[in-house]
Amino acid sequence: MADYLPIFVMFLLAGGFVAVSLGLSRLFSPHRPTPEKLEPYECGIIPEVEPSQRFPVKFYLVAMLFVVFDVEIIFLFAWASIWDSLGWYGVGAVLIFTFFVVETLMYVWKRGALDWNVHRRARYLRDELEEVA
Amino acid sequence: MTTVDKAAKWARTRSMFPASFGLACCAIEMMATGVAHYDLARFGMEAFRASPRQADLMVVAGRVSQKMAPVLRQVYDQMPDPKWVISMGACASTGGMFNNYALVQGVDQVVPVDIYIPGCPPGPQSLMHGILTLHDKIMAGEIVN
Repeated sequence: MADYLPIFVMFLLAGGFVAVSLGLSRLFSPHRPTPEKLEPYECGIIPEVEPSQRFPVKFYLVAMLFVVFDVEIIFLFAWASIWDSLGWYGVGAVLIFTFFVVETLMYVWKRGALDWNVHRRARYLRDELEEVA
Repeated sequence: MTTVDKAAKWARTRSMFPASFGLACCAIEMMATGVAHYDLARFGMEAFRASPRQADLMVVAGRVSQKMAPVLRQVYDQMPDPKWVISMGACASTGGMFNNYALVQGVDQVVPVDIYIPGCPPGPQSLMHGILTLHDKIMAGEIVN
C-alpha cells in the first residue's frame, strides 16, 4: 500500500491545481455572458448553418467486423490458457470454431468490405447484378 | 482599493494578449512594434492571439469599412471580459483622410474605445505610448472592467 503513496499524492496535487485555477478564475474574472459572446467563433461572421455531423459509413462496417473478430479472439484466449488439459479433443474443437470464423473473414475479404477503396465492392455488386440479369 | 484588487490589476496589465485586428497600413506599424527593435515582448504582449477567445486587448489598426463593421463588432463581442480597445491611427479614431460613405468615421461608432492613438500611421513609439497609457489607466483604476 505504501508503494502507491506517490501516486496518491500526485492525484492530490493535480486535483489541487485544477481546484485552485478554477476557483481563482471564478473569484476574479468578471462573468458577463451575452448571446453574441456565446456564439461559435467564425471570424466575425454570424454563423448561419450548423456544421454537419456526418461520418463515412465504412466505419460502421469496420466496427461490426471488429466486434465479431474480437469475440473470436477472446474465445481463443480462453482455449489457450488451458490447452494442456484439453488435449487433442480441445485442439480439434477450437480448429472447427476457428475454421468457421476464418470462413467469415474470407467472405468479408472477397466481398470487398475490408477495402477502403470502394471500386472493388462496386465491381462485385455489378457482377452480381449481371449474373441475375 | 484592496491589495487583491491591485494584484489583479497588475496581473491584467502585465500579461495582456492583443487580438490582431490589423486592417490596413497601421497593421504594419503594429507588426513593427511587435518585433525586435521596438519590442512589445518586454511587456509580455508579443503573443498576438488569432482567436478573440484568448485575447484581452483589441488594437483596431486601420480603416474600418462599412462592410467590416459588423465583423468587428462580432469579434469584439466574442472576447471574454475584461477587454479593452485601442483605436490606432487616424482612420480608426475618426475616419482619417477618408471622409466618405465607404468607411466608418471612427471605430467608436461600433465598439467602445479606451485609448485613441493619433497618427497616419502612428509610429511604434506612439503605439507603445498608447499601450503604456492604457496600462497606467488600468492600474490607477480609471478604466473599470
